[in-house]
Amino acid sequence: MGHEVISNTSLSPTVHRLVVSAPRIAVVRQPGQFVIVRLGPGAERIPLTIVGSDAAAGTIELVIQAVGKSTADLVAVAAGSYIDDVAGPLGQPTDLITKGTAVCLAGGVGAAVMYPIARRLSEIGVELITVVGARSSASILFEDEFRSFGDLIVCTDDGSAGRAGFVTDALADLIAAQTVDVVYAAGPVPMMRAASAVTSPRDIRTIVSLNPIMVDGTGMCGGCRVTVAGAMRFACVDGPEFDAHSVDFDELADRLTTYGAAERIAVDHVCRSAGQPVTGRHGAG
Amino acid sequence: MTTEPLTKRQRMAIGRQEMPARDAGERSGTFNEVNLGFTEQLALLEAQRCLACARPVCVEGCPVSVDIPSFVASIEAGDLAAAARALFGDNALPAVTGRVCPQEHQCEAVCVRGRKGAPVAIGHLERFVADWARGHPHDDVVTSEPSGRRVAIIGAGPGGLTAAGELARRGHDVTIYEALHLPGGVLSYGIPEFRLPNEIVDNEVDRLQALGVHIECNVVIGRTYTLDELRKSFDALFISVGAGLPMFLDIPGEGFKGVYTANEYLTRVNLMRAYAFPEADTPVLRGERVVVIGGGNVAIDAVRTARRLGARQAMIVYRRSRPEMPARVEEVHHAEQEGVTFEFQVNPVAIEGDADRWVTGLRVIATELGEPDESGRRAPRPIAGSERVIPCDAVVVAVGTRANPLLTSSSPDLALTNRGYLAADERGMTNLPGVFAGGDIVRGSATVILAMADGKRVADSIDSYLSGTPVELTAP
Ligand SMILES: Cc1cc2nc3c(=O)[nH]c(=O)nc-3n(C[C@H](O)[C@H](O)[C@H](O)COP(=O)(O)OP(=O)(O)OC[C@H]3O[C@@H](n4cnc5c(N)ncnc54)[C@H](O)[C@@H]3O)c2cc1C
Ligand SMILES: Cc1cc2nc3c(=O)[nH]c(=O)nc-3n(C[C@H](O)[C@H](O)[C@H](O)COP(=O)(O)OP(=O)(O)OC[C@H]3O[C@@H](n4cnc5c(N)ncnc54)[C@H](O)[C@@H]3O)c2cc1C
Ligand code: SF4
Ligand code: SF4
Ligand code: FES
Repeated sequence: MGHEVISNTSLSPTVHRLVVSAPRIAVVRQPGQFVIVRLGPGAERIPLTIVGSDAAAGTIELVIQAVGKSTADLVAVAAGSYIDDVAGPLGQPTDLITKGTAVCLAGGVGAAVMYPIARRLSEIGVELITVVGARSSASILFEDEFRSFGDLIVCTDDGSAGRAGFVTDALADLIAAQTVDVVYAAGPVPMMRAASAVTSPRDIRTIVSLNPIMVDGTGMCGGCRVTVAGAMRFACVDGPEFDAHSVDFDELADRLTTYGAAERIAVDHVCRSAGQPVTGRHGAG
Repeated sequence: MTTEPLTKRQRMAIGRQEMPARDAGERSGTFNEVNLGFTEQLALLEAQRCLACARPVCVEGCPVSVDIPSFVASIEAGDLAAAARALFGDNALPAVTGRVCPQEHQCEAVCVRGRKGAPVAIGHLERFVADWARGHPHDDVVTSEPSGRRVAIIGAGPGGLTAAGELARRGHDVTIYEALHLPGGVLSYGIPEFRLPNEIVDNEVDRLQALGVHIECNVVIGRTYTLDELRKSFDALFISVGAGLPMFLDIPGEGFKGVYTANEYLTRVNLMRAYAFPEADTPVLRGERVVVIGGGNVAIDAVRTARRLGARQAMIVYRRSRPEMPARVEEVHHAEQEGVTFEFQVNPVAIEGDADRWVTGLRVIATELGEPDESGRRAPRPIAGSERVIPCDAVVVAVGTRANPLLTSSSPDLALTNRGYLAADERGMTNLPGVFAGGDIVRGSATVILAMADGKRVADSIDSYLSGTPVELTAP
């Protein structure tokens, strides 16, 4: 059994788009929700955003950045092969505004999280400005799609496309220049923390999609706990999106480093078994 | 084998047989099952201890009324097939209950032989027969014609699995929906291999599938389908989703690295096989000094797991005293043999961490026991000025679980108790017609055998509900 991978295309050097058979999830999923995926026996259960779906074809779309063992194994699954387990849709749907101006802020693979939100906002018809950031021009995701949804600002670390610098600098300029009703943000924790710091003095509603380590995704293990407004919340059932101004980002960033040593062992183990040098990128996703 | 029936005096002269167990030194390094099971010789001797009481009180001590004297007599007669028939008639999972039932509070607690000396080792005998039966499969056929009725079961724990078997045997078309990628519930993700090998659960699942039960994993009711959708496509539902939401202590430091709930710790190790990391991909922190907070089966499972993962110090911290520990006595005893240490009558007040937010210790305060509380146990009271820190690098919080609202929040009409559990009547039916519930989601955290008893009772209720009342369906 399992879920057939219908196609696997490379979007950037480390990011692949997989179209995966999951008929029921394709029908009911909403922006902001994710699945828990387990490739096969011995594999980890990892959370991945549902980037898109085709209810008629019975497929969902995943966009995966290879950062460690589990994601590297997934981007290597060839079309026609199977993923054993796909559970979902999990998490709460995004709280979408229906009028006004929204900014969608995406850093790195956070573009995968932001894509379904931006798409739905453009369908609803709100004013939409998307800001995407990437290392360089080669790793910008969904550029054409975002442009078709509304205004687009591209930022690259090296200046090879769009403006040089952080997405949060672009965000600061934007909110200085015009009225913004809500900011949706997804990306590395430092980026989300910085976005929150930018919008909080002006009290602009800001929603971040948190990415703690998860196991079951059903509220059973408590591993995904985050502190929001001083209270413990489980990101898999209460989130993954929360009010940025109330999130304890320090704790989140710290908890994500729990398995740093183990992740290196996992990658080394595979490389040794395969007799190849270590090639994985170990930075946080 | 003796042919003359034994006299009561002869029976009384036989002492309780010890369960052969793997050596404590050897086993604290592996996840292999600790208890090795009775040999035929030991089982015979133990069976001969039973007095075949005219009024077998042991049966009253068993939540599913296993016909204990009958299956024990069959062991004594050397007819294990008959013993198995007697056992399986009352208990769908004897290989499980023989291993994990708190016998000392149930069947064995009331056995007359316990009045003077040790009770008959009913659990060990039950396990013996069940293990024999696994090697000697009996025909387990559907006895009824297909009823044409469809029943959905939500959750593949012991409650759901038991109900599925009962309903399938009566000809109903049963589908189990399970949120995780494997069936078994707590039997798969919680109770460790060294107490309950996975193959026992696998074996049961195979039997159910042979009966025609469909098991769909990775389906989270409340998300993948709502309860109301299921009500439209099934004639009856059984909700047996357990009580899996972990509780925390609400003390400072629970966000530090190295703090786990028992559910996360055990799930990583059992369900995800983190003990085999890096052969298996899921990691778990292997503390040198692990402190587990709690005194139930869950805590004992976690601390023995820590020991097997290589902890030099594996310690239980419990706020009451030893006799109040709710864990199975055999498990506490095994834990001690394996080098687990215990701190009684101390209450955690904070988890301490270093500058990098790694756990460095558990701050506790000593307690004295006051008057018995609502649960009948003496309530611990802190002793002022007695705070100290127990150094450790991992803390596992095993202080209980509650009802998970994931499913119930998708069906606001479903009546809950004030503690968030499902309210069910004596048939096991909720306030929604045709929607039944049982196991931990109704009782609060209880036991495997009580969840199974609910599964069996609800299967009866569903069967009569389906044959008695005509059901109005709003969709196919
Ligand atoms: C709700 C949610 C949605 C997500 N959606 C996507 C997505 O659409 N596409 C995508 O590529 N990734 C997504 N992630 C992140 C993804 O789950 C992790 O990258 C993945 O679990 C890492 O596994 P690994 O074994 O490959 O890497 P590991 O070896 O486990 O880790 C490699 C690096 O990633 C970090 N990391 C580990 N677990 C996570 C995690 N859960 N989230 C973020 N970083 C982590 C580690 O700190 C480490 O630096 C999502 C995470 C969450 C919680
Ligand atoms: C570590 C541990 C050790 C224990 N030791 C013992 C022991 O020695 N003896 C004893 O008698 N009892 C023991 N218990 C208690 C016993 O395991 C439980 O009482 C029993 O498993 C309850 O059975 P259940 O069928 O109600 O639920 P569970 O076993 O909890 O199974 C519920 C199942 O439902 C699934 N589920 C939950 N929500 C959904 C949803 N929305 N959609 C689909 N599926 C869902 C879960 O994933 C799970 O598989 C122990 C418990 C733990 C945690
Ligand atoms: S099911 Fe449990 S309580 Fe009943 S006889 Fe067996 S071991 Fe005893
Ligand atoms: S009470 Fe004890 S001795 Fe009597 S029948 Fe039951 S097991 Fe045998
Ligand atoms: S991932 Fe286990 S509770 Fe959220």
